[in-house]
Amino acid sequence: MTDDAPALPDQLAEIREDFLALTESERLQLLLEFSRELPPLPARYADSPALLEKVEECQSPVHAFAEVDGDVVHFYATAPEEAPTTRGFASILAQGLSGLTTREVLDVPEDFPLQLGLTRAVSALRLNGMAGMLTRAKRQVVEQLAAA
Amino acid sequence: MPAPLDPTPRLQEYAHPERLVTTEWLAAHRDDPGLVVVESDEDVLLYETGHIPGAVKVDWHTDLLLPVERDYLDGRGFADLLGSRGIARDTTIVLYGDKNNWWAAYTAWVFTLFGHEDVRLLDGGRNLWVAEGRELTTDAPAPTPVDYPVVERDDTTFRAFREDVLDHLGKGPLVDIRSPQEFTGERLHIPDYPEEGVLRGGHIPTAHNVPWATAVAEDGTYKPRAELEAIYQQGGLGITDDDRVVTYCRIGERSSHTWFALHFLLGIPDVRNYDGSWTEWGNAVRVPIAAGAEPGEAPAR
Repeated sequence: MTDDAPALPDQLAEIREDFLALTESERLQLLLEFSRELPPLPARYADSPALLEKVEECQSPVHAFAEVDGDVVHFYATAPEEAPTTRGFASILAQGLSGLTTREVLDVPEDFPLQLGLTRAVSALRLNGMAGMLTRAKRQVVEQLAAA
Repeated sequence: MPAPLDPTPRLQEYAHPERLVTTEWLAAHRDDPGLVVVESDEDVLLYETGHIPGAVKVDWHTDLLLPVERDYLDGRGFADLLGSRGIARDTTIVLYGDKNNWWAAYTAWVFTLFGHEDVRLLDGGRNLWVAEGRELTTDAPAPTPVDYPVVERDDTTFRAFREDVLDHLGKGPLVDIRSPQEFTGERLHIPDYPEEGVLRGGHIPTAHNVPWATAVAEDGTYKPRAELEAIYQQGGLGITDDDRVVTYCRIGERSSHTWFALHFLLGIPDVRNYDGSWTEWGNAVRVPIAAGAEPGEAPAR
């Protein structure tokens, strides 16, 4: 058996292992902790949130953007306090994607959100919100690489 | 033993004033014996960030829906769920939640399918409670489990399936609760949407579009009865007490909010919520669809 898929970058693999080491109800608590750790937007985005793209898949309004700097990706997002699940998803991607190379981000499997063991505690439909954010982040990276 | 009713005058004009409570009343009565406060949110973590003291959580995805089939839990599952939350058959349930009570109303609708008698909504929902600076806590309640009887779900009185809706076309009012763009079919494609979606846009023929928010005031409470009547009854959609009515949206949650208004606040006896809604209809083979702003004709039989 061969597996050609690139290994998950360490920082994403660690997040996944952290979730999988917990019981399902504890995973919800970990997601809550992530939601509290969502970093504030850098000033240039905080001042003009229109620069961020709205992610329609999320049932709550969330704006997110993957910015390419040289060959390194930074992921920024903002979501309201009353949407902690969405904030948690965004925070996982902010911690998991930021600092990776463009190639590494493009290689992140589309089903990464489903690998966190949250399908039962959170539901697959809600996880679509994170999948949407990830898909868009990749497209934003591709667009910036093409424009460079 | 049901809890006392909220005597607030503005509630008394509704057909069933016993179905709503004000934030002020709940703040005074939340510890009443025989009353359990239940939070139902869109966001699965919102309850954990702070909830009304003593409130238990019921999540629509993980508690009410089955994990595999697209359907609700059965009588045994419902008995286990409510019993575990300390709710007996004669307990007064006060529901509240985020997003103007969409999911709280959805939960109220599911509880009504099981015939739980005393189900009330906190008018204005979580937003109003928070906006008024009322108490929230992160302390998890530890309800004493009680025996809740196993009751068979009634899927005929307040629930409509696709076949029922097909049969309904041309016979009674159909209320589409979605946004105008979803109703006309203009909005369907969602860029980069990875998994779930709808193949066709538009609405069920004969449906009138009354977005859910039409029924609420600025603070998220339901509008006074006279205003609701002007929207849905004489002067508006023209619904009468003799009509059989069906409501739908995308997955049945926003339409539960309108179902609640039509049935409990206006007292229209026969209102069914079509929970399959557009995520079923817009994907179904060989069902009629109308595009554009007009309701469209019922298909010839």
